[in-house]
Amino acid sequence: MKPAPGVVLAGALVTALAACSGGGPGEAGAGDGDPGTVTLVTHDSFALSEGLLEAFEAESGYTVKTVATGDAGTLVNQLVLTKGSPLGDVVFGIDNTFASRALEADVLAPYTPGTLPDGAEQLGDGALTPVDQGDVCINADLTWFEEKGLPLPVSLEDLAKPEYKDLLVVTNPATSSPGLAFLLTTIGGYGTDGFEAYWQSLVDNGVKVVDSWEDAYYVDFSAVEGGSRPLVLSYATSPAFTVTEDGSETTTGALLDTCFRQVEYAGVLAGTDNEAGAQALVDFLLSAEVQADVPTSMYMYPADPSVELPEEWTKFAPLAPKPFTADPAEVAEHREEWIEQWTAVVVG
Amino acid sequence: MFFAWPVVALVLRGFVADGAVDLGGFADVLSRPRTWRLVGLTLAQAGLGTVFSVLLGLPLAYVLYRRSFPGRGLVRGLVTVPFVLPTVVVGVAFRTLFVDDGLLGFLQLEETLAAIVVALVFFNVSVVTRTVGGLWERLDPRAEQAAAALGAGPWRVLRTVTLPSLGPAIASAASVVFLFCATAFGVVLVLGGVRYGTVETEIWVRTTQFLDLRSAAVLSVLQLLVITGALVASARARARQEAALALVGDRAPAAPLSWRSPGDVAAVLAAALVVGGLILVPLAGLVLRSFRGPGGGWGLENYVALGTTGGRNALVVTVWEAAGNSLRTAALATALALVVGGLVALVVSRRPRAATARRAVTLLDGLFMLPLGVSAVTVGFGFFITLDQPLGLPVDLRTSGLLVPIAQAVVAVPLVVRTVLPVLRAVDPRLREVAGVLGSSPGRVLRTVDLPLAARSLGLATGFAFAVSLGEFGATSFLARPDAATLPVVIFRLIGRPGPENYGMALAASVVLAVLTATVMMLAERLRGDRAGGEL
Repeated sequence: MKPAPGVVLAGALVTALAACSGGGPGEAGAGDGDPGTVTLVTHDSFALSEGLLEAFEAESGYTVKTVATGDAGTLVNQLVLTKGSPLGDVVFGIDNTFASRALEADVLAPYTPGTLPDGAEQLGDGALTPVDQGDVCINADLTWFEEKGLPLPVSLEDLAKPEYKDLLVVTNPATSSPGLAFLLTTIGGYGTDGFEAYWQSLVDNGVKVVDSWEDAYYVDFSAVEGGSRPLVLSYATSPAFTVTEDGSETTTGALLDTCFRQVEYAGVLAGTDNEAGAQALVDFLLSAEVQADVPTSMYMYPADPSVELPEEWTKFAPLAPKPFTADPAEVAEHREEWIEQWTAVVVG
Repeated sequence: MFFAWPVVALVLRGFVADGAVDLGGFADVLSRPRTWRLVGLTLAQAGLGTVFSVLLGLPLAYVLYRRSFPGRGLVRGLVTVPFVLPTVVVGVAFRTLFVDDGLLGFLQLEETLAAIVVALVFFNVSVVTRTVGGLWERLDPRAEQAAAALGAGPWRVLRTVTLPSLGPAIASAASVVFLFCATAFGVVLVLGGVRYGTVETEIWVRTTQFLDLRSAAVLSVLQLLVITGALVASARARARQEAALALVGDRAPAAPLSWRSPGDVAAVLAAALVVGGLILVPLAGLVLRSFRGPGGGWGLENYVALGTTGGRNALVVTVWEAAGNSLRTAALATALALVVGGLVALVVSRRPRAATARRAVTLLDGLFMLPLGVSAVTVGFGFFITLDQPLGLPVDLRTSGLLVPIAQAVVAVPLVVRTVLPVLRAVDPRLREVAGVLGSSPGRVLRTVDLPLAARSLGLATGFAFAVSLGEFGATSFLARPDAATLPVVIFRLIGRPGPENYGMALAASVVLAVLTATVMMLAERLRGDRAGGEL
């Protein structure tokens, strides 16, 4: 069929627009050979305080362009799909639950920064460098428990006990990343052959499952907008946001024995034509300035343990001393299977 | 090119494994009982959503476009607001009403199909009202008057004269609403809980979470079949009813509402129910909450905060900057959509004599509707694997930021076509013939016959396209760069963060988006008002 006139016209219009908006061939974009531009591909939670990226640009001479393409899962999948014609030069935001998929697809070029902090471990022979970390934990409405005179639950087992019936709301692991993290917590706690039985006991104890974190936290959780459930799946950092006005205490707390550790990585994209710029940006993400800014702008703990944390974090939102973790390769291999097993138990 | 190619490319990837075509995915996916349950649920929620949107939208169209009353412009603007509100916000607003201790908790709607349908109607009733209203206000009232003079009661006039004339517009609106409902995503996830899912949500999970392109491709084809089926059915319905109608150039003078006419009273009651119960209650909850500051007191704190980047830098840009981005992007998208949509409508409105040509026209019509029926995820991911060198040009469109208005325009074009087309088709071809016989060139016929009649519906289409672009989230969230984030993207980000400042700001930003939309819609109406009269 001959293309409709409208299509041709739209094509022409777009080409014209593209021509006007770009300054010339050098502006054309990601993999296009302008040595002065570094394109950072990241997820929609990436942010740095104003001035930081500008300072990096001024110091290094590179121009930084940021492309955010959805959540962490979407990000990794797009990197895999665009292998060979990468969206940019460097990536930030691949977490430990999706890392294996990126490693297996070989979308990253190894690079080990000289400034790698002590205790920060790279993945995949230098392909991925840790930048920040955080815990996904059950949070409790402290006021509610105090008023009821009920002791706070401590462990995963406690959540299935009758005195905590109908109190917990969590999110769906198929659609929300904290939901998946909590599923991995239960697999860490009860093993691949025991987690289904544990979830059955949670279901019997009236656990509520909603679609997303904002639903659970803002609609069902009792401490924030007046929902009806005093236990919610959230982050270890969340209690830092419910501090009372005088700053002396917080109205919510994380149960630190129910946490899953998430680590976010950066890496140089294979096939970049600005490898030096990409490496410089990885170094920059590990610099003292950015590491100190991570808590404020990304709500995560820096990978560098020597960085000083905001006061309300050390006081009210510490990292879990012994979080559950998962082997990225295991997660990559079984993610779908585990979610299907979970669905069979919880949804029926 | 900006739609078909990316989609086809992605779907093909799902069928090619290790260099060989592998259609085993079909047998695999189609043999899962889950797949058929999803198809059933998709049809059920889209069907119910469409039926109720039409049933509730018609009385509203009558009251808003056929009758005049003080404040009519305001209500017209208000009705469009839900259409652009981000689903995250609406989802939270509705769930707050539906949970056990919520205002409507006694209805026990939480995690039910009914909850999903209510929300779908909330979003889509304005599509029916506007599309049908646009034609209704220009129906020549003399046919109705004649029937009434011949002794037909008001119900009989409605049934035998008015509704058949409105048939094409109703079918048009219904097909758009069906597509919107069938591909609804956020609403289904949020309000349906874990038990409900549709083909669309399954494609999303398969693509973004599991990278299972094989299943996603099969599901996309399945979705396409369902959508095509719906479009064919709707085209048949339209073809049966479409006839040249007597349209008046100026809007027919709207009679003031009369409390003595039982028809008016019934329509007003139904309209009040829709506007009051369905639209105002959730919106009022939203607006009210947006005035409660982080400390719990009432005031403008959340609105003042819109000039900042949020509690602890939740955002890269301030909400006002995002509003600016939204307006700029929407303006560009609207221009694109009007040009493309207007041309498509013009081509499709012709009824060539040759059967093949007629079929080609119908096909073209359906083709431009498809973007509404295909998963935004498929389009979004498709963009990334195809547009690194569009048409061989050395322009990496994927990261240029230009894709945002283009993607929005792709979604807006079908609405433009559906709004303009019923009017163009209703132009009596004899008018054109007469003009031709009298020596007018085809260009002059277009300018003097089609354009004046279509101009008003173009105004409506402009408003609609603008509203769609303002509210578009699915594709935009894939493509928008953080420094050029639009309002819905910013709202999504704010509500995804803990802290009362951020939640309050998300709601305040939603109210801003709502006010912006209502204003644009009212301006579009005003524009039409100014142009009315004159040429004919």
